Amino acid sequence: MAKLKVAILGSGNIGTDLMYKIERSDYLTMSVIVGIDPDSEGIQRAKARGYQTITNGIDGLVACPELFDIVFDATTAKAHSMHSERVLALGKKIIDLTPAAIGPFVVPCANLEKFATADNVNMVTCGGQATIPIVYAINQVADVDYAEIVATVASKSAGPGTRANIDEFTRTTANAIEDVGGANRGKAIIILNPADPPIMMRDTVHVLVNEGDKEQEIIKAIEDIVLAVQQYVPGYRMTSAPIFNGKQVSIFLEVEGAGDFFPTYSGNLDIMTAAAVQVGNEIAKQYHEIVRANEAEVSK
Amino acid sequence: MTKLTVLDVTLRDGSHSMRHAFTEQQVRDVARGLRKAKVKYFEVSHGDGLGGSSLQYGFSKVDELKLIEAAREECGDSAISVLILPGIGVKEDLKNAVKAGAKMARVATHVTEADVAGQHIYLSRELGLKTVGFLMMAHMASTSVIVEQAKLFERYGAEIIYVTDSAGAMLPHEVKERVAALKSHVSCEIGFHAHNNLSLAMANTIAAVEAGATYVDGSLRSLGAGSGNTQTEVMVAVFNRLGYETGIDLYSVIDVANEVVAPIMPRPQEITGSSLMMGYAGVYSSFLLFTQEAAKKYNVDEREILLELGKMKAVGGQEDLIAEIARKIANPTQTVN
Repeated sequence: MAKLKVAILGSGNIGTDLMYKIERSDYLTMSVIVGIDPDSEGIQRAKARGYQTITNGIDGLVACPELFDIVFDATTAKAHSMHSERVLALGKKIIDLTPAAIGPFVVPCANLEKFATADNVNMVTCGGQATIPIVYAINQVADVDYAEIVATVASKSAGPGTRANIDEFTRTTANAIEDVGGANRGKAIIILNPADPPIMMRDTVHVLVNEGDKEQEIIKAIEDIVLAVQQYVPGYRMTSAPIFNGKQVSIFLEVEGAGDFFPTYSGNLDIMTAAAVQVGNEIAKQYHEIVRANEAEVSK
Repeated sequence: MTKLTVLDVTLRDGSHSMRHAFTEQQVRDVARGLRKAKVKYFEVSHGDGLGGSSLQYGFSKVDELKLIEAAREECGDSAISVLILPGIGVKEDLKNAVKAGAKMARVATHVTEADVAGQHIYLSRELGLKTVGFLMMAHMASTSVIVEQAKLFERYGAEIIYVTDSAGAMLPHEVKERVAALKSHVSCEIGFHAHNNLSLAMANTIAAVEAGATYVDGSLRSLGAGSGNTQTEVMVAVFNRLGYETGIDLYSVIDVANEVVAPIMPRPQEITGSSLMMGYAGVYSSFLLFTQEAAKKYNVDEREILLELGKMKAVGGQEDLIAEIARKIANPTQTVN
């Protein structure tokens, strides 16, 4: 089965980390990285690893449609809508790692299969990727009335884009807690901690469930979903057992990254790129199924 | 005579001590008293700022927007300030607070993270509010870092910049150094917000004013997080004696403190072993009640939890660490998958 060819838009931290993760994919093959600065570290690294590089942005990319089947957009929310239009016009797919959220929110382990055939999907936020699987899992066994997440990340892992647009993080995450996690109401809080050495990404999920007697089912659901997330983020774990207090459940998580391009404490960035590659893999699988079905149809 | 603006935070910082359970009537009574005393600005918000109502910090008993509206109806010539912490509250919250009656926004970040406040400070200016940048946990950064962060606030449009001793951990000479450095490096007015965990709130406030601060925070009967803030009515008396002009009527401010606030206080704002440790270890003052609860639940020493929080360099807002630390002290061997 031929792997789908990947273009990464954006040669910054996220784009560069994605490159390493795509190299390990069974369904995707790294083809081209697109930036605007020929001297950027991402472009240099991509060159050194033998990939095509384009340094005049989206214009350069759409001029070479043979180079890619699927685009990962690791630029900015502002640029994304234009990028999306131009990529979709070529009949190709795009995975959005910016907070633009034009396409549906996707969180592997929760709703990936439902949206793997969409042309444009959005990866929510790092805090969303780390916490929504938990909300979703609990909601499968006990109706979640309210879910609140607190993401604490090392100051060094929060880039200028996140900092200048911190409201987008809280709003987008809260929306996805409801849309994807299934909570009736969602809230998100983000805290930056400048401690040195930098702290590992921590996420706390507080939920209020409508039924107070589902402790065993909830624990089992959480443990299962943690194992599922560990399939693509091995450093995703609970730091201690959930705390139950009447209808409130609190879950404490930490996310250690794979250390591809980011340091391991940047679990927030790592879980975004790892989840995006999961989504790419699923899109590739579905793509091949459609192709196979069409071929079967033709040969009849 | 040098003029000082005393800003009363009873109805915001006091919200921590009240477990965010101020009623509309209490807010009206305090607001009326502050108006009568001619306090120019007073703050009304959840303790953790607009949007702070949550499982993490405690739900507000009464929606803060309702409380702001009630305060506006009572405040006369006094003006209402609101606090907002980017990452907790969002721009929409600020717009709603303005509709409810807020005239000043204080945008608060950890002392090293001023660059998360740009969009909120721009909005605050756009909405015509008096705009303050509030650098929390100021004891955790060197003077040069504070200056660099204050310059960001200045660039975004803040008119006043606060040195905020959230942990009540600073000593007078440290306050003086930081305020003096800001005074000489930024064109904004400088403010100071104290907590009394080391019994230094008044002394630190004097140090700040002597170094050039012109805005100072206080709360009536010290009703605020940890051991509370500089006591507003005491501060008015002290600055009268020192020859500063606060414009506040001393008897009226003593009256609202003693007749209105004292009866609603759940406990005296004394310096207990735990609040002392917060000042000593440099821990965010609003962690106090959460720490006491966790210590009781897991049967561990409050001071050990606080020391651990200090060691971990926890910043404001990380209340979720407390129960976890307490449980780990109680069961050091417990692990999960």
